[in-house]
Amino acid sequence: MATLLETADLVTNFYTYEGVVKALNKISLVVDHGVTFGLVGESGCGKSVTVRSVMRIVQEPGCIEGGKVIVYLDEKNTEAGVDLLQQSEAYMEALRGDRISMIFQEPNAALNPTMSIGDQVSESFLFHQRQEMCTKVLKDLCAAECRTFYPLRKFLQRVYRMAAEDPDCVAVRILDRIPVIKRWQKRLKREVKRRSVEIVGKLGIPNPEQIVEQYPHNLSGGMKQRIVIAIALACSPVLLIADEATSNLDVTIQAQILELLRRLKEEVISSILLITHDLGVVAETCDRVGVMYAGNLVEVADVRDLFGKPLHPYTKALLDAVPKFSMEGTLRSIEGNVPNLVTPPSGCRFHPRCPQTMEICVKELPSLIEIERNHTVACHLFQIGSG
Amino acid sequence: MNTEKILELRDLKKHYPILGGVLRREVNSVKALDGVDLEIYRGECLGLVGESGCGKTTAGKTIIRLHDPTSGNVYYYGQDERPEEAVDLGSTKRSALKKLGIRGRLQMVFQDPTTSLNPRMLVKHIIAEPIKEQVSLSGRDLENRVIELLELVGLTRGHLLRYPHEFSGGQRQRIAVARAIATDPEFIVLDEPTSALDVSVQSQILNLLKGLQETLSLTFLFVTHHLLVVKYISDRTAVMYLGKIVEIARTEEIFSRPVHPYTHALLSGIPIPDVEHKQRRMVLSGDVPSPVDPPLGCRFHTRCPFPLDRCRRDEPPLEEVENGHKAACHRKSEIEKLVRERFGDGAGAM
Repeated sequence: MATLLETADLVTNFYTYEGVVKALNKISLVVDHGVTFGLVGESGCGKSVTVRSVMRIVQEPGCIEGGKVIVYLDEKNTEAGVDLLQQSEAYMEALRGDRISMIFQEPNAALNPTMSIGDQVSESFLFHQRQEMCTKVLKDLCAAECRTFYPLRKFLQRVYRMAAEDPDCVAVRILDRIPVIKRWQKRLKREVKRRSVEIVGKLGIPNPEQIVEQYPHNLSGGMKQRIVIAIALACSPVLLIADEATSNLDVTIQAQILELLRRLKEEVISSILLITHDLGVVAETCDRVGVMYAGNLVEVADVRDLFGKPLHPYTKALLDAVPKFSMEGTLRSIEGNVPNLVTPPSGCRFHPRCPQTMEICVKELPSLIEIERNHTVACHLFQIGSG
Repeated sequence: MNTEKILELRDLKKHYPILGGVLRREVNSVKALDGVDLEIYRGECLGLVGESGCGKTTAGKTIIRLHDPTSGNVYYYGQDERPEEAVDLGSTKRSALKKLGIRGRLQMVFQDPTTSLNPRMLVKHIIAEPIKEQVSLSGRDLENRVIELLELVGLTRGHLLRYPHEFSGGQRQRIAVARAIATDPEFIVLDEPTSALDVSVQSQILNLLKGLQETLSLTFLFVTHHLLVVKYISDRTAVMYLGKIVEIARTEEIFSRPVHPYTHALLSGIPIPDVEHKQRRMVLSGDVPSPVDPPLGCRFHTRCPFPLDRCRRDEPPLEEVENGHKAACHRKSEIEKLVRERFGDGAGAM
């Protein structure tokens, strides 16, 4: 399968008053086209920071210190990789929300309470597809059945032709300022609204025409999350990043959203990068899983292998710590707490909590090595075994 | 199983008023609890599950009288009192409750330990506070008692002179548990004690609670939305929907033979951390209706896949299906067949 996203030795640090928080310690992961990749771990292990680094939206005082984020947007052309960390901010702006988009954790915080749903959905159309939409409006105006008053039609055709060629050209910008004349945009807005209603309707929201007129506070949590997904899917992205998209929702609503994501993946999007702390969600939706602990990627495997025969002691412990359906006896727990990343433990960061600690674990950080096909793990237990 | 009651709820209602107009008069109310009948037996752990906004937390808070109920009774049967001397927690005065020593016997652990512990108090003072309310001890005795409590929840005397912000989430929840057991309670309401915690820490707290229940012979009301946690910790489970209990049974029964369609949907909605366990989903359409004006008839009929005309008119009572298993549904005898026909084998019941 062709690679879609590849990060190599990604390092992100946060400069806080307590010291440098080493949030990501050389993360290297690969997401293929057509795959749902799950990233699991406890809070504070760097899952969100990883995807924020990929999108280059790490907030202050965070800073991406090194590594590479290469995307291969075209499935056929495996040579044309782009290192996102080397690109300009303008390039990233054009990419975010268009080719790669993101769903955030808290739908209440992700939606603007002062804008109507329709306006928020249409923002991404207006930003990424303005030219295409102008061309479409122009085509309608030139069509034979267009019955607009002739001089007005001539004028509109000219403006839309200009806007379709270069939406930022001076003439268009001046026309946007003049009262009455700026109403040339009406047809563009109509087209945007049509598209918004279409995408909102596609996500299984009843009567989308009414919903786009409403404001976020009118909707319930599950509906809001659907709108956030609609915004992310507006421009049919290649990669959808879902950062804890269902964590704050109820079980029945969560089932609805997961079902929706699964359906959308078959129809629209190519790959999903799903971030979650819920192993149940991972088992149900993902094809491949990466387990993170304290800023390190400790194990990557296909979902069957990971749940069937986990190799890393942390993965094993994590799986044992979750209450399951068919379970007897007491739940096993991992002793101790997640380490503070200002002063992470030396060597393998899991060694203070690991039941199988060896001398080498305290000194050296294990690297990710492939034990079986498509199953990599970072642990000294296996490095000794293999060589 | 023990059948000695510790608490009994009779038609308990809690409505929060909505004020409106210039005179701030009551125009409507949020029916958070709308007629709950429930019995809690001594020594058991009763799980209370439901979606957000269904009134789980309100139920917990009203039982221990943090809120005054709008109507209905909460009868408390003390250790030595005879049944006829049950105290109605809902209507007794607060001062009388304290005088009877009931306040100390009913305790609560809140959801988020970061907000439930006072950031300006030392751990020592946080845990000592409820003890000081109940009995007067000398400083040294008090400190010894606090250390004893800390050790019970897996902390040490070294933690005595620290502030809550110096602890991790799991340790803070341990402190909250220590504070709750400080007054030798009989009954503790645990309001989502693990939902703010990580998976690895969640299991530590669950095991701690289970251990404490045995050593101190406590009765728990475990309020949560996480069904697998309930399955792990509780003996009986009650399912709530829009301020009413729709099903209650022993935990194994609920999970193996659910009756109410809502329970079916809840169970099939759990993402299961097991790849081999692929099951058909019973996905409900729509959202929970607003508790301001709940639907007429059966409250679940707007989302139920199998509604009858009767469901839209009459509210089904909570009736016994078989020993101790109660459900509120008009079609309780045929639901299992209906679910199997519509959603295939393996949906819901497991």
